[in-house]
Order: sequence, then C-alpha cells, then structure tokens
Amino acid sequence: MTEQKALQDYLLRLADSDMILSQRLCELCGKAPAIEEEMAIMNVGLDLVGQARNWYEYAAEQIDDGRDADKLCFLRDALDYRNLLLVEQPNEDYAVTTARQFFFDVWHYFTLKSLVDANDERIANIAAKAVKEATYHLRRSSEWVKRMGDGTEESHRRIQEAFDLLWRFTGELVTPDETDHTMFKAGIGPDPEKLKRDWFGMVREVAAQATLKTGAEDAWMYMGGKSGVHTEHLGFILAEMQFLPRAYPDATTW
Amino acid sequence: MNERGPSSVDLLIASDRAPAKAHPELLTEDAIWALLDNVKDPEVPAVSVIELGIIRALSWDGNHLSVDVTPTYSGCPATELIEELIVEALRAFGIRDSHINRVLTPAWSTDWITDEGREKLRAYGIAPPQGNASKMSLLGTVEVITCPFCDSKHTERISEFGSTACKALYRCRDCLEPFDYFKCI
Repeated sequence: MTEQKALQDYLLRLADSDMILSQRLCELCGKAPAIEEEMAIMNVGLDLVGQARNWYEYAAEQIDDGRDADKLCFLRDALDYRNLLLVEQPNEDYAVTTARQFFFDVWHYFTLKSLVDANDERIANIAAKAVKEATYHLRRSSEWVKRMGDGTEESHRRIQEAFDLLWRFTGELVTPDETDHTMFKAGIGPDPEKLKRDWFGMVREVAAQATLKTGAEDAWMYMGGKSGVHTEHLGFILAEMQFLPRAYPDATTW
Repeated sequence: MNERGPSSVDLLIASDRAPAKAHPELLTEDAIWALLDNVKDPEVPAVSVIELGIIRALSWDGNHLSVDVTPTYSGCPATELIEELIVEALRAFGIRDSHINRVLTPAWSTDWITDEGREKLRAYGIAPPQGNASKMSLLGTVEVITCPFCDSKHTERISEFGSTACKALYRCRDCLEPFDYFKCI
C-alpha cells in the first residue's frame, strides 16, 4: 500500500465516522428524552459535521479526481464508506446512544490528540481544532455513563446491556490494519499500541466508577467498516442522507 | 495613487445603496479594525467579531484586502453568515475587493475574547469563560461559574451544551435563573 493511498483512506475514515455518527444523532432531533439532552446531542452532531467537512475537503484534495467534499459525502455508496461499524448502529434507547457515544468519544479523543502532532500540517491543524470539541464530548458522555451506571437499578441494567450490546463493535476502533500501520510509520496516525492501551485504560476507568462490567479485550469482534464491509444499517442511513442530492443533483441550495 | 473607477457592475445596475467611498487605499488598518468592531456575532449579538477574537489578521495587496477569520467551532453554523457580514460591512465602507481567509490554526480559544467582550457577555446574561483554556481538565473538577445576574457562585451545571455549541447550560441556586455559560476552549 502506498502512503498516498493510505492517506486518502485514512482521511475518509475520519470523515465518514464523523458524518455517520452525526447523521445518527440528528435522528434524535425533536425526540430526545430531555430538552437539555436534545441540545447537547444536536451540538455534538454539529461539531462532528464541521469536522467531517474539514476532513472531506482535505480528502478531496488528496484524491484529486474532480470530486469535492459534497460529492464524497453524498455520492458514494456503502461499499465505499469507511466509517467504524460502531457509529452506524441504531440509537435504540438512550443508554445505547450514550454507550455508543462514549466508546466513540474515547477513541476520537485519543486519536485526535495524537493527530495534533502529525507531520502533515493540514491534519495537525484540523485535529487541533477538533480535539477541543472532542474533549467536551467525552466529558459529557463519560458523565452520563457514570450517572446511568451508578444510578437506579433500571438505569444500571440498561447501560450495562448497552455496553454488552456494543462491545462487539469496539475491537475495530483499536485493531490496526495496513492503513493504520502505514499512517503510523508515516508519522501521521497514532501509535496503534498506545491507542489501544489508552482506549481500554479510560473505558475501564470510567466503567469502574460507573460500577459497570466491560467485555474481554480478546472477545470476538465485528470488523470491516474501515474497509467498506458494513452492517445492514449503513445502507438505510445513506438512503436517507443522500436522497436529496441524488434526486436533485443540480440543486445548490436547500 | 490608484485610479479606481466604478466597477462594471456599477455601470450596469442602478443601485439605491449609498455610493461606495472612492479611495479604500486611504483607509488605515486601525480604521478597518474599528469598522469590524461593529460587526456583531449573529448568535451572540452582544459582542463583535473583534471582541470575540475571531479576526486574526488583515492584509492589503494593492486594493485587495484579505481578512483572516477563524471559526469558533468546526461546525459553527454562523461561520458563513459572519463571513458574509464582514464582507458586507467592508463593501458598505467602500472596500469592494476583499476576501475571507478561513484559518484553522492556531485554533480559536476563548482566551482571545477581550476584557470588553467578557463584560458585554456578562451584561447580556451569558457568563463569560472563566479560567484559562489551557488548564481545562478532561475528567476532573467542575469549575465554579459565577451567575451573570446576581453574582452568586452557588450555581450548577444542567448540561454540557447550551443553546449553541460554544455554551453550556447552568442554573443559579440563589436567584434560580437559568443561564448560558460561554465555555472555555
């Protein structure tokens, strides 16, 4: 794998994961369990859309085949999407939404924190901006995990079930493939071993405070999102998200 | 110096707008900073883009003015509108040839909000950022935020996010008013 190919791939992973999680979060617009949470979720989603745009713009320049950020986002199909499987999982109840956000936020925070020192200036700049936002996201989601885990019998049961349900998608966050290794060697991506240690370290620390059990590190994991093999959910997300620009390709304002 | 005749647009379209001043090159940089101090943040109209610290630099290249602007948050929906408002304010002042440079680095920090801006935020009912962004802790202590209405320190956070991404939602336990807190980043 050439470094250039790995870079394109890596940028799309960052962009797609932000975008798809943001799309999932916006499904809660108008129906979050509390108005404060609704505002929080919409703001987190907005941060992620903004970050996705920054990544897409850079990806478009690197891919350099005439497609711009919008085309990369709205005119690729599921097989070309490179997002983590975790972020395409349905919202379900609020415990699942929260657990998904927490697992993602820990990964996002440590990834961005490392990308701030990437020897690619553009990536470092986008990450320096994004990591400030991700810090708030992680603070919020970890506090909710603790509140639910150490809360009532029902909230504890639900967030534990959410942890158990989503655990099988977390391996992909910290299991490096060729792209991740190439990016690390190029001085851009995070050290895969360190990312894994950091991720498990923080997840276990917060889980302990929340009186929750986490799964085994070597549990069987679903993989594939980073290389375009998705769960059945992604197609439905894209169908909704991409409908307008596909139906009205010449539309410039909506 | 430069001969700046009317642009082709002016020749073709009658306009009821005030005619542009003819000599933008005579404007000093100080005058432009002062001018931009009238452009308000559309989401927090109490403060100007200067007080918010998002205008990073001005530079002239002949008659062409570049304005470096940094967004507060990656996804801030007001970014485009703010950029349009700046260009509009410059045009109204006679600077027809300007463009906005969106810069991401160094990333915007609430430390750049001016003292005047902080006071205006407080008067507007938004608690200004407290402490220093570089010392923000991830999972540690919760800062003590002063109520912008009654100055009580007896406040509690309701949500990490308020009406916009840049604010958190608090409540004063003395005067019982809810209020926005401009977060430190």
